[in-house]
Amino acid sequence: MRRYLLRRFGQAVFVLWAAFTLSFLILYLLPGDAVSAKLASGEAGSSATPEQLAAARAEYGLDSPLPVQYLKRLVSALHGDFGRSVATGDDATHMVVTALPPTLAVTSLALVFAVLFGGGSAFLGTYTRFRWLRQALLSLPSLAISLPPFWVGLLLIQFFSFRLRLLPALGTQGFAAVLLPAITLALPTGAIIGQVLAKSLATQQEEPYAEIAAAKGASRWRVHFGHLLRNAAVPTLTVAGVVAGNLVAGSVITETVFSRDGVGRITAAAVTAQDVPVVQAVIVLAALVFVVLNLVVDLLYPLLDPRIARTPAEVARG
Amino acid sequence: MVDLATPARATVRRPGLVLAVAVLAFVLLAAFAPALLTGYDPITGVPAERLQEPSLHHLFGTDETGRDVYARVIHGASLSLRATAIAVLVALVAGSALGLLAGFRGGWADTVIMRVVDVFLAIPPILLSLALVTALGFGTTNVAIAVGIANLAAFARVMRAEVLRVRNGVFVEAARASGVRWSGVLLRHVLPNAAGPVLALATLTLGTAVLEVSALSFLGFGATPPTPEWGSLVAGGRSFLATAWWMTTFPGLTVAAVVLSANRLSRALDGGDR
Repeated sequence: MRRYLLRRFGQAVFVLWAAFTLSFLILYLLPGDAVSAKLASGEAGSSATPEQLAAARAEYGLDSPLPVQYLKRLVSALHGDFGRSVATGDDATHMVVTALPPTLAVTSLALVFAVLFGGGSAFLGTYTRFRWLRQALLSLPSLAISLPPFWVGLLLIQFFSFRLRLLPALGTQGFAAVLLPAITLALPTGAIIGQVLAKSLATQQEEPYAEIAAAKGASRWRVHFGHLLRNAAVPTLTVAGVVAGNLVAGSVITETVFSRDGVGRITAAAVTAQDVPVVQAVIVLAALVFVVLNLVVDLLYPLLDPRIARTPAEVARG
Repeated sequence: MVDLATPARATVRRPGLVLAVAVLAFVLLAAFAPALLTGYDPITGVPAERLQEPSLHHLFGTDETGRDVYARVIHGASLSLRATAIAVLVALVAGSALGLLAGFRGGWADTVIMRVVDVFLAIPPILLSLALVTALGFGTTNVAIAVGIANLAAFARVMRAEVLRVRNGVFVEAARASGVRWSGVLLRHVLPNAAGPVLALATLTLGTAVLEVSALSFLGFGATPPTPEWGSLVAGGRSFLATAWWMTTFPGLTVAAVVLSANRLSRALDGGDR
């Protein structure tokens, strides 16, 4: 068990390092340059002298050779410092961290909705004996995954805010304002969870143990809920961990559609301004969320299936 | 006899698939010959006909400057589809090349490439493409390239798995034994055998690419305003959400229909048909 945890933890650290490195390579190696963009458009007017440019580049640490820049930035990143925003001059990490709470409120509710939608459609779809209901429920995920999230968000605003006047269209305050963005965000994630769960439930239904349980007198519900779901949960959990990481990224769209404050809004603004430090901070944050979620999933596995955490040697010993 | 009966039979037995193919064919026609499908100009509108509801004259209604929304969706097809095609091609070529190299060379090359690919999978595609757009600059082509790179990981994985599967085949062994060079084996035997799953993945990526390209142009990183493009059409209608529902609803519906159709087609190609 300890070796299992250590290995998972090592992998998590590697992914974080790699996300930092990959985003560094993309953002600092490719031609786009926020400093010259800012000087060209900003207060300095369109006629930034080469000296001004050099001074600004030195200020943001863009003048040293690439490997030196990389090592410096890696060391600062380890201390949680991704540099200052080129657009606003604020500390990039601080900007992202303070924007986190409203985003987390939406994403965590979205995760609940996603599990309810995906899990519900898959479970009922494989449980029901009505062919038409089964087909309708099981085709819901592939429909949901094909809808552009920004469009779904706008349709929800149109219907619930302008037609029915039930929920606020925009804004960050209150629980009601969280509902529509969370639904928008939940659809694609829930769809993937639903597809995987439906597939593994269908596979489990064919297994001999399901038949044996039924032959021993377990009710259909007991077989489905007590036996099949538990076995089908393992692959679903893996996929859920992966797609839940996408929720933070998806908030770029939902927060723009619903004009909410949060990490997604900051990301969209940072990309518009080619604000490299902020974009990198967001990417590392997303990787962190991904890594933490997957660690949680790794910890949950042994609860569902004790075989997973054992090394082959332990299994041989019995 | 059989030739005549087949389309009719297909329509009855798989109405969804036939509809999907029809939607894709219509959109392709719109991309290559928009003038065949609409008589209205997509750029200059008729101010007297601004913000009209959908009617027989204006199927999707008109926007704030009196432009026909249907015409803008039809004329937007070429840009949206070109961006999608670039995205899928970049993902297909770059991803397959990486997977081929990893599977074929094995050893440390395999380890390094597949580790990098794993990292690509750990960063959500939309964030990865946003980072690439930050670095590459804005515009539909850059958005397309960014979406392509963000989606190459799956191609690398599938290609590598296929190469590993084919590489140990008896026919590859036979070809090597009879003196064919590795490059020849690769072109003659490995690639054609790996093509099936990779192409199925490409159709699936088609839908994802349409979604991601339109999302990025919705955010404003794609086409510049007067040019019609599906994502930016939806963004343009946002300010009229309360008064002119048709300006966002129909362009978005088009995207949804294309993605649904592409996904349906990919399911048929993948053999997962019921």
